[in-house]
Amino acid sequence: MTIAPGKKKQKIDRLAELAARDDERGVSLWREAFRRLRRNPAAIVGAAILAVFVIVAVVGPFLAPYSPSDTIGIREGLIRPGVIPGADGDHWLGYDHQGRDEFSRLIVGARQTLLVGVVSTLIGLAVGALIGGVAGAAAGLGGRWGRWLDSTLMRFIDMMLAMPSLLLAVSIAALLGASLTTVMIAVGVVSVPVFARLLRGSMISQANSDYVLAATSLGVRKPKIALTHVVPNSLAPVIVQATLTLATAIIEAAALSFLGLGNPDTSVPEWGVMLAEAQQYLDIRPGLAVYPALAIIVTALGFTLLGEAMREALDPKLRK
Amino acid sequence: MTDTDILVEVRDLKVHFPITRGVIFDRTVGHVKAVDGVDLRIPRGKTYGLVGESGCGKSTLGRALLQLTPPTAGQVVFDGVELTTLPAGRLRTMRRRMQMIFQDPMSSLDPRQNVESILTEGLQTHGIGTDRNDRRRIIGETLDAVGLPRWALSRYPHEFSGGQRQRIGIARALVLGPELIVADEPVSALDVSIQAQVVNLLDELQDSLGLTYLVIAHDLAVVRHISDVVGVMYLGALVEEAPSDRLYREPLHPYTRALMSAVPVPDPDVEDRRERILLAGDLPSPANPPSGCRFHTRCPWAQPTRCADERPALRPVGASRVACHWAEQIAGGELRPHAVSAEVVRPEGEGEAPGVVSAPSEPGSYV
Repeated sequence: MTIAPGKKKQKIDRLAELAARDDERGVSLWREAFRRLRRNPAAIVGAAILAVFVIVAVVGPFLAPYSPSDTIGIREGLIRPGVIPGADGDHWLGYDHQGRDEFSRLIVGARQTLLVGVVSTLIGLAVGALIGGVAGAAAGLGGRWGRWLDSTLMRFIDMMLAMPSLLLAVSIAALLGASLTTVMIAVGVVSVPVFARLLRGSMISQANSDYVLAATSLGVRKPKIALTHVVPNSLAPVIVQATLTLATAIIEAAALSFLGLGNPDTSVPEWGVMLAEAQQYLDIRPGLAVYPALAIIVTALGFTLLGEAMREALDPKLRK
Repeated sequence: MTDTDILVEVRDLKVHFPITRGVIFDRTVGHVKAVDGVDLRIPRGKTYGLVGESGCGKSTLGRALLQLTPPTAGQVVFDGVELTTLPAGRLRTMRRRMQMIFQDPMSSLDPRQNVESILTEGLQTHGIGTDRNDRRRIIGETLDAVGLPRWALSRYPHEFSGGQRQRIGIARALVLGPELIVADEPVSALDVSIQAQVVNLLDELQDSLGLTYLVIAHDLAVVRHISDVVGVMYLGALVEEAPSDRLYREPLHPYTRALMSAVPVPDPDVEDRRERILLAGDLPSPANPPSGCRFHTRCPWAQPTRCADERPALRPVGASRVACHWAEQIAGGELRPHAVSAEVVRPEGEGEAPGVVSAPSEPGSYV
């Protein structure tokens, strides 16, 4: 096949023109990461689980067939010592030890669980990122005085890390008295060191990069370098960690509730509390422990899947 | 342009990094003498090439010159202004006049900034340009100068090839209208075919804008092509400085000779027969440099007197400046290279064991 040289040249020019026009805007890293996230099946599964979880948490009370605090089983005389009836046609998962509809409690409990997970993670993220951000900026850009500040902050964080997290949470909860707020604060405080260390480390490595040196050589002031270059480039691992922490926060909150440090008002269902209560009736009705446990595991799995997928999508080394 | 029109003068510059130990309180146990007493002058509009092996301190020298790494001692005079004692605010305004090009164009560009943002940052910092349109005009002209298309503005660094990224790096330096550009290994991260393009671009920009360059490289051919004057660094200090052609034709310092003899010659007949000086051993630790002449532990011409105990100063020999006690004798052929190791006398317990030094006693003996 032969093409006249002139025609060939025209064709190439046209192709070049098309290639340049293709999309005028460049693709930023966040958009690129989002695009890759959508192609990852793990991310889709994780996001789907979370979507169901969030919807249930929001509209749960309207979906539940019965009131979660209505002791139907006792009223109808179905609950007797040593007997907790299982599933029947109207009550898909049976009754709990007080004769309340287990299925309704599970659905309504999603809201409390989500609230505890999100709020405690936000507490941890906010405090941890603040400490870590200050320490990271001080260590990376602050010179001698900055290194001193960083050392001081990090020794404090090390002290928090040195204590077993559940023990720390139990002490805080015991100090503040048992309530839902206490659980959120306790679980949040436990995740502070993780966020602080992560952001600090990420910021220090970014502060030593060439583009920070380039910005210094342009004459950009250090606070501006920290805010416009170092922090945005250090956030990706922190965001990923936040999704993973959400999963552990739910489990830790369940553990605290299990130990009796959660909301004393047990008429408001929460998966951790349900799990704790089911313990006494394990030999009569093991299902009562299995359902909330499964709910916690699946939700944590959803967060973990999405978090891991985000880690992969945001890692510039894996970009193709 | 006269020879006395000096843009940058570096006097006895030292950069020592402390080596610290300690769990809670850092305690300084020694210093890495990355740059240890360098004097050099760069005439306006000329290119000064700096060569030396990895770890000799050439990059640190470039950064210390721009005050990106604070010097331990010495002075850097830029167009009559002493930079090392300049208050931070005035130094920032001076930065407009001296810029840097980095080795790795990917890591020196913020991956979250598009090209327009990268180029605007410097303009905003120095208040150049009246409004957005004016800045866009300046940026557009800079893009033309470095050979990037206008549509590059909205794109991000990861969307470009290596050569294009380096052009973005050059544009970032140029957009401020600097007088001095320190180029730290500007082409060594690029493909050979792209290297030539970038080197030629730097050359053209110098012609059209009257730029002064300090080019740091380990590629002798690149430095020769681009430089007017070349300085050779060894272990934190200059060992020889000469006009580019002279240095390559007639190296005076033993280290320069060894360096030049490592450049392959494209003619196989010459390549087979030419004299090659192979240096044995590694670069000594800059935390504990050899006494006297830093090179005497590896020098094929090392003499029993002076070399080990008297640090040679950079002194003029012909058109060059050489830091060697025996430069004239070596050039005149009075001293012959030898395979030495036993003569190397070192103070007890200092540094590593002396490296084995060997050199061919006659041309071609290593072939």
